Amino acid sequence: MTRLIGQRAIASLLSLMGLMILVFFLSRLTGDPAVLFLPIDATEQMKQQFRALHGLDAPLIEQFGRYVWDLVHLDFGESLRKARPAIDVVLEAYAWTLPLALITMGLVVVAAIVLGALAAFNIGGFFDRLVSVVSLIGASAPDFWIAIVAIVVFSLNLAWLPTSGVGTPMHWVLPVAVLFVRPFGLIVQVVRGSMLSALTAPYVKTARAKGVKNGPIIFIHTLRNAMLPVITVIGDQAAALLNGAVVVETIFGFPGIGKLMIDSILQRDFNVVLAAIMVTAIAIFLMNILIDIAYSLLDPRIRH
Amino acid sequence: MADALLEVRNLSVDFHTAHGTVHAVRKVGWSVNRGETLAILGESGSGKSVSASAVMNLLDMPPARIVSGEILFEGRDLLKTSAEERRALNGKRIAMIFQDPLGHLNPVYSVGWQIVEMMTAHGRPADAARARALELIARVGLPEPERAMHKYPHQFSGGQRQRLMIAMALMLKPDILIADEPTTALDVTIQAEVLALLKELQAETGMGLVLITHDLGVVAEIADRVVVMSDGEIVEAGTAGDVYHRPHHPYTRKLIGAAPGKGEIRRPDDSSPVLLEIKDLCKTYGHVPALKNVSLALHKGQSLAVVGESGSGKSTLARTVLRLETADSGEALWKGKDLIAMNARDLLSVRRQIQMVFQDPTQSLNPRMSVYQIISEGWDIHRLVPDRAARRKRVAELLEQVGLLPEHAQRYPHQFSGGQRQRIAIARALALEPELIICDEAVSALDVSIQAQVIALLDSLRRRLGISFLFIAHDLGVVRDFADTVVVMKSGEIVESGPTGEIFEDPQQPYTQRLLAANLDPDPDVQAQRRLSASAPA
Repeated sequence: MTRLIGQRAIASLLSLMGLMILVFFLSRLTGDPAVLFLPIDATEQMKQQFRALHGLDAPLIEQFGRYVWDLVHLDFGESLRKARPAIDVVLEAYAWTLPLALITMGLVVVAAIVLGALAAFNIGGFFDRLVSVVSLIGASAPDFWIAIVAIVVFSLNLAWLPTSGVGTPMHWVLPVAVLFVRPFGLIVQVVRGSMLSALTAPYVKTARAKGVKNGPIIFIHTLRNAMLPVITVIGDQAAALLNGAVVVETIFGFPGIGKLMIDSILQRDFNVVLAAIMVTAIAIFLMNILIDIAYSLLDPRIRH
Repeated sequence: MADALLEVRNLSVDFHTAHGTVHAVRKVGWSVNRGETLAILGESGSGKSVSASAVMNLLDMPPARIVSGEILFEGRDLLKTSAEERRALNGKRIAMIFQDPLGHLNPVYSVGWQIVEMMTAHGRPADAARARALELIARVGLPEPERAMHKYPHQFSGGQRQRLMIAMALMLKPDILIADEPTTALDVTIQAEVLALLKELQAETGMGLVLITHDLGVVAEIADRVVVMSDGEIVEAGTAGDVYHRPHHPYTRKLIGAAPGKGEIRRPDDSSPVLLEIKDLCKTYGHVPALKNVSLALHKGQSLAVVGESGSGKSTLARTVLRLETADSGEALWKGKDLIAMNARDLLSVRRQIQMVFQDPTQSLNPRMSVYQIISEGWDIHRLVPDRAARRKRVAELLEQVGLLPEHAQRYPHQFSGGQRQRIAIARALALEPELIICDEAVSALDVSIQAQVIALLDSLRRRLGISFLFIAHDLGVVRDFADTVVVMKSGEIVESGPTGEIFEDPQQPYTQRLLAANLDPDPDVQAQRRLSASAPA
């Protein structure tokens, strides 16, 4: 297993390097920050000064060399907007996004597995149909619409929850609830389908012939086998959340990485964009390694 | 019979499917007592497993529905008992083992955990269960029980897995063990070991054994009484000896008549020229030798059988002759020309002359092609029979030759039974007018009565068309009936070879002797005699 994880880590590192190169050149294609940052009537001399200050006047290849050198030292430079180290700005925002993603995904996984498994066991029954309909709606409703409706209902009409911002635990309720809907709908369907085929497996027959109760048959014998395809989808959905939920964070004024990234791109704050991409990429690579570990823990045929 | 421990009375089960209702079993009745072995004998689709599944409450309802009947266990009707009470009986009083132990063991839990669960599921403490599991794993003959406990199903061989299933079933000392085709997936020598183990354990524990099987040999070896099922009904019941020697029902007679290994042994005629000569063929996969210096000769119009257990290299030999695998060294001379060194153009024409029929016709026939397309496809590849009308005529002829009808040409494989599909596969092979047909376990998956028909068909093709056969099989009865010469393989090497009569009547090598001894005779008296002489001091 250690070898498997080692191989994955090396592959991740290589992809990270590819990403570094790609990001640098692509971001240089989006426009000149000097034009965007300085007032519209700035003189050419002011622009030159600005470029010199931020090292934007050197040949591209030299800029790239310096960029790689700095990255190796984990130095992403200053944020043009905030005049602070870009990495600090990014980590600050990530400290909001990470708990948001983890709380949401944790709730999604528990709810989807329990409800999906029970629906599969009661196939065709009322509970199964209820879960199927609800999950289908969840998987297809656009999140910005749910977010706005939720604000109208729970914040404006009922006045139970704050509309936006952070500060109290109550501020977390709506963002988590809105982000929960789509991955829950999707994963519940995958769990249900995967459980359905696992429940017809011969080893379930053996368990029934042994006199094992329904509870352990569902949650011990079948679920662990059914989880293998589910984990892939969980990883995929978790990656989307780790990237920052741009729309939801913007609507709720949530100072996470998604909102930071979109703001920085709009204002050509290259250093922040770079740092944000690198940090989220590392987070996603780490999560993929966790998924691989989960796989090999669940399935001994991978381990041995 | 009133005081039988387990009795099924008048049981009828329907299955409701999209194509209407199927009466899976009708008014079936049987009983079994402690210390007794009952065999339920039947071919595929006879409903032989349904009543046992009903006993264990394993039928999926729907689609199944129990229409009538009683299942009495200690006089109490299980069909009127609550699901919870029936669950408590499963495993504890009545246990079950299955045909495919790999599929029936959970792949993601250690075997120790699964065996221990048999007791913990019924409320016994885990440490007592562990001790009992270790004891039973040793009892069923697995080395190093401690280590075996921590391993997973895929780390054992098929025979070992079935032993573990048996250990699991015996954890709570059940009164009755139901075994559904427990040895069908195993090699003959392993089958003999597992059956012997079941008998020993039965003698030790006094449990009743219900054995579901399609194999008359298994019945002869182990059963006291037998019920014969056909088309959902019991057509015959009695002691194993009575049913074999004095069958009343025509179906039973047909089944016994179809059992292979009773025909006259053929004496090969070596005057015909040698068609295929293999010299010192070697093939290694990584470090594992699959073929070691294999040499044999096949004469025109003869059938040469290659027998051996799984992993002996039989199929690798066939694949190497067809150049589907590349040999490491050695020669395979086809009419004097070396196939191994042959160029692509010559190889194509030789491939027309050598055709292959595989074990599983369901998988080897493309489900989206009609029978006409399947049979005529080879003509496109080899640019033969260009005229459409001629093609249609030839396909019709071929279908008649293999015992099907010309109008079957427009149908698709799923519309045929397993035996008919194998006939289609044979017609496809014949379409190219081959001189050699390689049959890789071509009749192994078929029911005995169908098997006998297919063998008769192949034999008539050999006689009428002079086709030679390289016949790969593990069933010695079929080989005895069909082969002129036999080659016995073990771990990639030829152990013994010679005319069929010599191999079967006077085997020289201990391995061949073991293989023949493990091959079960359908006659219970013969099996009893063999057991007697085996247990007598040498």
